[in-house]
Amino acid sequence: MKPAPFDYVSAESVAHAVEALAAAAGDGKVIAGGQSLMPMINFRMVRPSVLVDINRIAGLDRIEDRGDRFHIGALVRHRLTASDPAIARHIPVLHEAMKNVAHLTVRNRGTFCGSVCHADPAAELPMMTLLLNGTIHIASPSGERTLPAREFLLSSLTTALQPDELVTGIAIEKLAPGTGWGFEEFARRHGDYALAAVTATVERRQGRASNVRLAVMGVGDTATRLPAVEAALEGSAMDGPAIADAVARLRTGIEPNSDLNGSADYRRHLAGVLAERVLKAAWDRAEEGAST
Amino acid sequence: MNAKVDVNLVVNGVSHKRTVEPRMLLSDFLRHELGLTGTHVGCEHGVCGACTVLLDGRSARSCLTLAVQADGLEVETVEGQGSREQLGRIQTAFRDHHGLQCGFCTPGFIMTIVDMLQHHPLENDEQIREALSGNICRCTGYQHIVNAVRELAKERGPLP
Repeated sequence: MKPAPFDYVSAESVAHAVEALAAAAGDGKVIAGGQSLMPMINFRMVRPSVLVDINRIAGLDRIEDRGDRFHIGALVRHRLTASDPAIARHIPVLHEAMKNVAHLTVRNRGTFCGSVCHADPAAELPMMTLLLNGTIHIASPSGERTLPAREFLLSSLTTALQPDELVTGIAIEKLAPGTGWGFEEFARRHGDYALAAVTATVERRQGRASNVRLAVMGVGDTATRLPAVEAALEGSAMDGPAIADAVARLRTGIEPNSDLNGSADYRRHLAGVLAERVLKAAWDRAEEGAST
Repeated sequence: MNAKVDVNLVVNGVSHKRTVEPRMLLSDFLRHELGLTGTHVGCEHGVCGACTVLLDGRSARSCLTLAVQADGLEVETVEGQGSREQLGRIQTAFRDHHGLQCGFCTPGFIMTIVDMLQHHPLENDEQIREALSGNICRCTGYQHIVNAVRELAKERGPLP
């Protein structure tokens, strides 16, 4: 398939991009890496009248260390996130997750922020952004605004971003030293969209779980944290019964869809299996009192 | 009518200038505007890898790139990797190891392997297969392609 016609604007700055989006009156679309958008444009599932290309805007292609967090610019490619040594050290769970994001060639172009904006329910980076208490930095005609990831990701392929707004970067929190983590994904083919994935982090205080975070994807309209399961694990010994209880809560707390690749029941079961592995791995990695 | 755009780019060391619709894919630009039909178009939505080229030295899907986005960039295609009379190193390794049968996917594999040999650790079959996993071949079962890359990786040695 070939794209339907559109006008093209190569934005020179964030302000220029927002201006061009505003001028498109709701019918503009931002392109960064284009690895999700271009297939939809080629299929004509998306037919913007104006395509605003942000690839030539200077300064958006960096991962900045901002103390307790990293700021990932809108043009940071997957290749950079996957290979950045500071990310590997401070957020090893993201380093691990990146191994599952697409293939070599797609990683050369695709961007972290673009993946989150695309909001595919079976993509890793929306889930990782939720896990890492991400903050979305947005440029709009009226100025800058920020949104927590949980308020940004609304549903399948749907975010709180307005048509005249541009995501300029996403801030994600570093993990406290000694934080345990786990990431498990099941996909039919490596690098393909996953049937389900689960990720977690946990700190260990006097043998008890603290600051438990758990997120899932592929089992609902959007990736999500599971606050009720996190709360149940908080302060627990993370032993067999505690994890079994968490898995049971997770299975009742999600509403997967059925599709060609698997029934809802299958996905619910799968998410539980992955969660059990993830929680055990996270607890095994957690170092006692390391963050205090 | 949507405004046409000027595209200036360098393909395999040769400068080209065309004026095209912004919606023209880089894959179509190479094939239809420049007559460089070595770049094959398989799925046209970024899944098969047949259209892989290098953009400023890194592999990219030319079907997921607009020609206008390549304006000012260096593009390398399979035509730059050797000729019928004088096969390039990767092409020779493919011939020696039977890394192709019908050949449709081969240009994409070749260009992906250029990127792999320049930038990626290829110390074992797992790393080789992982790096090749974005390209689909329906003939070879991949084993012969892996064999070819293993030999190329051995010649190259470890990355600095």
